[in-house]
Amino acid sequence: MASTFETVADIIAETADIPRDQITPESHAIDDLGIDSLAFLDIAFAIDKAFGIKLPLETWTQEVNDGKVPADQYFVLKNLCARIDDLVAAKTA
Amino acid sequence: MRLEYFQMIDRVVAFDEAAARLEAHSTVPEDSPVFEGHFPGHPLMPGVLLTETMAQASGYLILGLCRFSHMPFLCGVEKAKFRTFVGPGAPLAITATRIHEGSGYAVTKARIASGGKAICDAELMFRTMPFPEGLGARMREQAASLGLEVEDVQNDA
Repeated sequence: MASTFETVADIIAETADIPRDQITPESHAIDDLGIDSLAFLDIAFAIDKAFGIKLPLETWTQEVNDGKVPADQYFVLKNLCARIDDLVAAKTA
Repeated sequence: MRLEYFQMIDRVVAFDEAAARLEAHSTVPEDSPVFEGHFPGHPLMPGVLLTETMAQASGYLILGLCRFSHMPFLCGVEKAKFRTFVGPGAPLAITATRIHEGSGYAVTKARIASGGKAICDAELMFRTMPFPEGLGARMREQAASLGLEVEDVQNDA
């Protein structure tokens, strides 16, 4: 079974047309991979479907805009994957 | 349907909140400057305007489902298929179904048929955002004029 990171990296590679080998757990989706907010919606849709969850993008965006949470916490891929794992665990709990 | 004004929906005929589905009707106008170029002497409804028609039906669906709390802006078209030609005077039956509700976005599947024959279909993605100032009231007004009336959850008028 693919890890969360492998699944997310495959989704980003396919959806955003980014070479798979450029995508690492340390990659920042926006700063390093150049994914803009609209393109990220396609990725969010694919992640929602793949994991059966609903990424709380509106809440995350609000928290980042309000300065409560650094963007790295949501958009560096290893952190994004940890959030996905939390959402999956919460769903199955 | 007034192509030059991007008024693609004539009437919302059904809104099923539980099924997240909307049905609308429109009639392609007999005359329009659009047909002067598309194509000279052989008028056909442009595919981009059929896509816009599906997008507007989807947009009213999302507005109804969120009770006018957010404005849907088209941000993606996937799997668009145009299956036959549509000319002036054709009656169109448009259906839109929300297939995914994300956080800050929604995805619909929309299709158009005429006389029971499939015309086109597509999967559409919308970014949903708070209304720009004043737009909420205008959209509620426009939706009501088409037959879509739902209670709103906020009023930015």
